Amino acid sequence: MALAHAASSSSRSNLLRPFSAAISCAPSLRRPFSSSSDDTRTLTIETSVPFTSHQCETPSRSVETSPKELLSFFRDMATMRRMEIAADSLYKAKLIRGFCHLYDGQEAVAVGMEAAITKKDSIITAYRDHCTFLGRGGTLLQVFSELMGRQAGCSKGKGGSMHFYKKDSGFYGGHGIVGAQVPLGCGLAFAQKYSKDGTVSFALYGDGAANQGQLFEALNIAALWDLPAILVCENNHYGMGTAEWRAAKSPSYYKRGDYVPGLKVDGMDALAVKQACKFAKEHALKNGPIILEMDTYRYHGHSMSDPGSTYRTRDEISGVRQERDPIERIRKLILTHDLATEKELKDTEKEVRKLVDEAIAQAKESPMPDPSELFTNVYSKGLGVEAFGADRKEVRAVLP
Amino acid sequence: MAASSMRRFGRLGCWVSRREFSTCDDKVVVQKSGKSMNLYSAINQALHIALESDPRAYVFGEDVGFGGVFRCTTGLADRFGKSRVFNTPLCEQVHLMGFILTWPHKQGIVGFGIGLAAMIVNEAAKFRYRSGNQFNCGGLTIRAPYGAVGHGGHYHSQSPEAFFCHVPGIKVIIPRSPQQAKGLLLSSIRDPNPVVFFEPKWLYRLAVEEVPEHDYMLPLSEAEVIREGSDITLVGWGAQLSIMEQACLEAEKEGISCELIDLKTLLPWDKETVEASVRKTGRLLISHEAPVTGGFGAEISASIVERCFLRLEAPVARVCGLDTPFPLVFEPFYMPTKNKILDAIKSTVNY
Ligand SMILES: Cc1ncc(C[n+]2csc(CCOP(=O)(O)OP(=O)(O)O)c2C)c(N)n1
Ligand SMILES: [Mg+2]
Repeated sequence: MALAHAASSSSRSNLLRPFSAAISCAPSLRRPFSSSSDDTRTLTIETSVPFTSHQCETPSRSVETSPKELLSFFRDMATMRRMEIAADSLYKAKLIRGFCHLYDGQEAVAVGMEAAITKKDSIITAYRDHCTFLGRGGTLLQVFSELMGRQAGCSKGKGGSMHFYKKDSGFYGGHGIVGAQVPLGCGLAFAQKYSKDGTVSFALYGDGAANQGQLFEALNIAALWDLPAILVCENNHYGMGTAEWRAAKSPSYYKRGDYVPGLKVDGMDALAVKQACKFAKEHALKNGPIILEMDTYRYHGHSMSDPGSTYRTRDEISGVRQERDPIERIRKLILTHDLATEKELKDTEKEVRKLVDEAIAQAKESPMPDPSELFTNVYSKGLGVEAFGADRKEVRAVLP
Repeated sequence: MAASSMRRFGRLGCWVSRREFSTCDDKVVVQKSGKSMNLYSAINQALHIALESDPRAYVFGEDVGFGGVFRCTTGLADRFGKSRVFNTPLCEQVHLMGFILTWPHKQGIVGFGIGLAAMIVNEAAKFRYRSGNQFNCGGLTIRAPYGAVGHGGHYHSQSPEAFFCHVPGIKVIIPRSPQQAKGLLLSSIRDPNPVVFFEPKWLYRLAVEEVPEHDYMLPLSEAEVIREGSDITLVGWGAQLSIMEQACLEAEKEGISCELIDLKTLLPWDKETVEASVRKTGRLLISHEAPVTGGFGAEISASIVERCFLRLEAPVARVCGLDTPFPLVFEPFYMPTKNKILDAIKSTVNY
């Protein structure tokens, strides 16, 4: 039993890798914020941490991007951050019920992944799904309505925080049973292989989920049949209160596919994530599954009932915030490349804040689902069940 | 209209969550030396006693080393050491089996019940039988939270007791209060059969009563009449009993005398106590949070109809969860509330 592990394993000190914002690109001319004619010009930026690979080549550390992309990364991540913080307040005000898991800290994974793929590719994730949904093109209104159980929500208010979906852009949700989404993701890849449309599936799971048996069963089939499945382990270093080294014999999740290749990626660097996802998509279409381990961090506790400070130190959290924050990294890049001024970025943040507040106000206006909705979608046809009477105490069912 | 009525129900939900739990005297254990405590502390105390009194008892599960999500295992690792109280990786399926076969003694463990189902059903429950009694998993007690909390949503509010009641070879226990939880948990841990012990999530903090400090056990497979009456018998378990008791009090105001039985052990269950009560009252109502179809209420109903057919004066009533997934926003509709029970009591008595 590997229970009495050495008090603090080496992997923990790795959490605080310095920013070293490897900004190794020649300074360019100062561009005005909005009116730039060539904001699509190519910038090449080096990732601050190299990729580490298992059974495959490593992608280049030089990532191509553009001013436009960097600014959109900033804006999208700032929106996600603000959204999660607002969700935290709404939960505390009891306007959100049920379970609620926040993504702040991990935003670079959602935006970097989207930058490398199209909406024809599929994504499936666990319950920490708000930002992934937003990345897939979901709206703030849909997010807040769903969180508060309103009709305007992306699952008509019937799913709540853990069950966001967006079929038209290949977002398969939103799953509560830890690890269960990975076999589903491989199934999506199976369908893609069948339809030969050149698309791939990304199945996201946590470091805790990485120890689930069904993951390995799915991986075997995916490798056996060369499915275009990309398993993305969002390693935020804790599964609820359990540090990765307490739960995993080998916390090198990118190596745990054995015969399946893997890449370890700095998940706090949206550009590194983008590069890795691009690489993985090409790999998966040619050779079958690959694992991407995203080294990331969640600032909030596991869920709203977890203060998040009993199993890790406050210093650790603030250290990551200072050294590795994904938004600050992009802010720095934008400033050093003179793509916008500090004030312009602050304005973006203000604007985003306003959009979030407006979405919340609008979501509050959206009605609760109709009581009859309790009985819909249990079966495809509806069983003709209805509840009536004071307190809805009588139920009438008509068999179809 | 629909929307505004939902909002009203939303508020009702909050009100329900502040419900009182009434202490029911238990002749077996009550020595009034007890300390007032809530359900999770009572469970914590039981686990302390179990580990103290049996050097071969262990506690393992996700995060139990830190006290567990519901604080039930607080302090155990410090007191008994990491080799007896330890965290497991997030793999419900594989936790158990080999360990229990080679260390065939008492253990308390925590799991995500449904994730464990295949192992419980196919391994733990059948080991003794299929090995002609060479091996068994009798030392295993699986603790799992169950039930609604007012806002839990689809997974975390389920009541899966009926799944496990379909598996001969295991016992299924659900306590209604802190005092009960302590005594029943100690019995479960010391019982030579695998036990699934469901703890009402709603009551972890809410239910507070005097719990004796000493080591005591409450008998398994023995139901208890917690309120005597003559017009109708009500059977329930766990958190639902407090709702049923409120309905009994309301009914009493209208002159209906209700007998309330806590089944405590669902498998194998105490038919005699229920039968004796129904022979006296001639009427039966069963209430549980799980969906009505195929719920354990159906089993009770069928057995009692077999035994008391000629004595029954009305059809057996079931006030249960609806046949839908456990809903997020519709929880107050779904739940077998006091008013629903009261109505069923009245219509059964006036049948
Ligand atoms: C099968 C199953 N077991 C246990 C749980 C309870 N649970 C919910 S989230 C979680 C931790 C998962 O951690 P990780 O995979 O690292 O994801 P993270 O929350 O860090 O994103 C646990 C144990 C569950 N939902 N499903
Ligand atoms: Mg994690």
